[in-house]
Amino acid sequence: MTTPAIELKGISKAFGPVQANKDINIRVMPGTIHGIIGENGAGKSTLMSILYGFYKADAGEIFINGNKTEIPDSQHAIAAGIGMVFQHFKLVENFTVLENIVLGAEDGPMLTPSLRKARAQLKQLADDYGLNVDPDAIIENIGVGQQQRVEILKALYRKAEILILDEPTGVLTPAEADQLFRILERLKDEGKTVILITHKLREIMEITDEVSVMRRGTMVGHVATAKTSPAELAEMMVGRKVLLEVDKAPAKPGRTILEVKNLSVTDQWGVKRLKEVSLTIRAGEILGIAGVAGNGQSELLEVLGGYQKATGEVILNGEAIDLTGLHSDGQTRRSRGIAHVPEDRQSEGLIMNFTAWENVALGYHNDPKYQKNALFMDNAAIRKDTEEKMARFDVRPPLPELRAKSFSGGNQQKIVVAREIERNPDLLLVGQPTRGVDIGAIEFIHKQIVALRDAGKAILLVSVELDEIMSLSDRIAVMFDGRIMGERDPENTTVQELGLLMAGISGEAA
Amino acid sequence: MEKMPKWADVILIPAISILLAAIISGLVLLATGKDPLNALVIMFDGAVGSSRAWGYTLYYATNFIFTGLAVAVAFHARMFNIGGEGQALLGGVGVAVACLYIPWPHWTLALLGAIVLSGIFGAVWAAIPAFLQAKRGSHIVITTIMFNFIAYSLINHLLVNVMKPAGVMEPATASFPEAAHLPNFHDILGLVGIDFAMDAPANIAFFVALLACLFLWALIWRTRIGYQIRQFGESESAARYAGVSPTKIIMISMILSGMFAGMMSINNVMGEAERLVLNSAEGAGFIGIAVALMGRNHPVGIVLAAILFGFLYQGGTQLSIQAQIPKEMVVVIQSLVILFTGALDHMVRSPVERIFLALRRKEA
Repeated sequence: MTTPAIELKGISKAFGPVQANKDINIRVMPGTIHGIIGENGAGKSTLMSILYGFYKADAGEIFINGNKTEIPDSQHAIAAGIGMVFQHFKLVENFTVLENIVLGAEDGPMLTPSLRKARAQLKQLADDYGLNVDPDAIIENIGVGQQQRVEILKALYRKAEILILDEPTGVLTPAEADQLFRILERLKDEGKTVILITHKLREIMEITDEVSVMRRGTMVGHVATAKTSPAELAEMMVGRKVLLEVDKAPAKPGRTILEVKNLSVTDQWGVKRLKEVSLTIRAGEILGIAGVAGNGQSELLEVLGGYQKATGEVILNGEAIDLTGLHSDGQTRRSRGIAHVPEDRQSEGLIMNFTAWENVALGYHNDPKYQKNALFMDNAAIRKDTEEKMARFDVRPPLPELRAKSFSGGNQQKIVVAREIERNPDLLLVGQPTRGVDIGAIEFIHKQIVALRDAGKAILLVSVELDEIMSLSDRIAVMFDGRIMGERDPENTTVQELGLLMAGISGEAA
Repeated sequence: MEKMPKWADVILIPAISILLAAIISGLVLLATGKDPLNALVIMFDGAVGSSRAWGYTLYYATNFIFTGLAVAVAFHARMFNIGGEGQALLGGVGVAVACLYIPWPHWTLALLGAIVLSGIFGAVWAAIPAFLQAKRGSHIVITTIMFNFIAYSLINHLLVNVMKPAGVMEPATASFPEAAHLPNFHDILGLVGIDFAMDAPANIAFFVALLACLFLWALIWRTRIGYQIRQFGESESAARYAGVSPTKIIMISMILSGMFAGMMSINNVMGEAERLVLNSAEGAGFIGIAVALMGRNHPVGIVLAAILFGFLYQGGTQLSIQAQIPKEMVVVIQSLVILFTGALDHMVRSPVERIFLALRRKEA
């Protein structure tokens, strides 16, 4: 049996209380393309950063070509033949391709001999691997796909035998991604080892020989790509935790509350994040949006919440909502009866340096009951309201003067949920309601959401936790690449079916 | 959990910083052959040793309170307004316009008029960079500092070509009329029977500055707009989620900031010089940055820090007069205090935090 190019044994790494990597074992055989797949936050990038010397593992050993190797910094990683292509390129924008490749690997004090040598080698590399880039082009003048080639050339120029690519296709168009894959195949044919980190199933299936699946900091399994299916990988990625049963009666849908027609969002780089999304939610039902993070769910919530411009039509209670004009702001949305539990409570839902009571007024500073008179806010009233909310939602410790950052994740989320649900909104937007929340709080928050539904309100639930979607939703829509792939009835679907839709494989085709 | 008690944060750390600055200043003085202890005596005597000394110290402190408030209100929205100097200069134009072109029947009305006009002039000068930041993304630090230079040139033009009385060589306005003269501490404290030096420049503007502090406190911690300013400053993403308009907050916080800076002119232009001269702000706009930093952007802290810098300013002046210590050396001492209380804050803070953590662990 051949020696693995890379073998990691028992790698663990914690950031404070968060266990990013837990006892990870992985073997990557030489001359193969090895995929590492997992959701955002599964610990893939942390693992590779340890391998490249950016982080020091708390425990574990690294073997390269069978030799135990210490990698305290990236210089050692390069010396060991490891090259890394980051998701966000590390290039000097106003240098030429050649200068970027030589930067940090100059042979001596004079630059010209290094550049001359690099130019010759670059030509050789271009011939060997089909990596054609104009060596004299300025980085900022060439496309993203070309820039990525420069990153790969940088690694090869430093004699990398093992190439790690972190989410390489995130910034590429499909055509550029295909070109990249042809290059990776050439590299493999020439005997290099490639590690591809991604959360996209299609890429794994298309190009890898073997795949390792990570979930929540642990390695879930290794399979040969030829012997697996997207559905199996999706299931491994998302996981099947103990199903949290939510006690709920069948939905009694009433009139239509929200109607979304052809909603599209283009981001500042011109990439379409939402593509012609249409959906409706009626009173007394929960529409769950399933999908791998980053497929447009966040944009959908932001548009409805009033802090992302969009084209298309949104109708609430029979009246159109302003999507781009003066009344497209979050304050107007709130006054129209939309409340929003945002996906990221630490950067959006709460202000960590504010006290609990200051956070209870977040978004609702214009509420008449929080005003003392025309000039001043009634801070005492907000404190009292906070105390009552804390009692009703069992926030611990029940101290309105405590800063948000001093509460645990579950209690932070309870503050947000209390603030939004107690507005008794017609439409509640909920993003990742139980991310980083303990079991007890999950159950409590789920109950509150169901209670609001039973009170005849419409709820849009976005979650990457399939279990949560399955157990809470009355209808499930799956998003992939900014589109709604299809709608399913939670009673009549399976995790496998949803997993396929989440991977962009529509039910009819599979 | 906080790393250390609040008193350590607001009193102990500045005190250590000032002590370090004083020690280094002493070493510098020793190296130039002067007696540091004698220098210290001269500084204290010159800055707080008599009512006249206090009159100067509090006069400078008044300038620094206004510019400190200006930096603080902008900083609550995480806008770094370096343009306090230019805004204060423009405020001086506002004061000059109010005092020269409007016949006031009484100084009280003149003061109100001057407050309004100086505030508006300063606010407009800050609003332009704010607009460029909000709408064009031009960095506020760069634009406000450039606007300082535009302000210098603008005032030069105004004084040389527009506001200078005919037949005078000096680029300055005419003296303000009697009705626009503000009562100084001698006049005010005389009313309650306290004998205060007649020739000291501290004047009623000091009390306006204290009122401005109260205004800032109420605005930032008691009103909706202050709440939104703090939201935006603490977390732009959360403010966006809450439906707070970044443009609105940038504009309002900078307009308030320019207003405070401009209002400084009721002290130096109206209360002291009683006419507008070139460079009337004399760098107070920049000292406001250090004052706000040291005062932790809180009005009480700003008043204390402003008095400290007033002390340094006045004591330093006396030092150069009485001890033949060159003026540049005085600037070195002032800079050391700014350096230690501002830029090197972290150098003092982390060891003190570690000490407190160690103490707490021992208790536990």
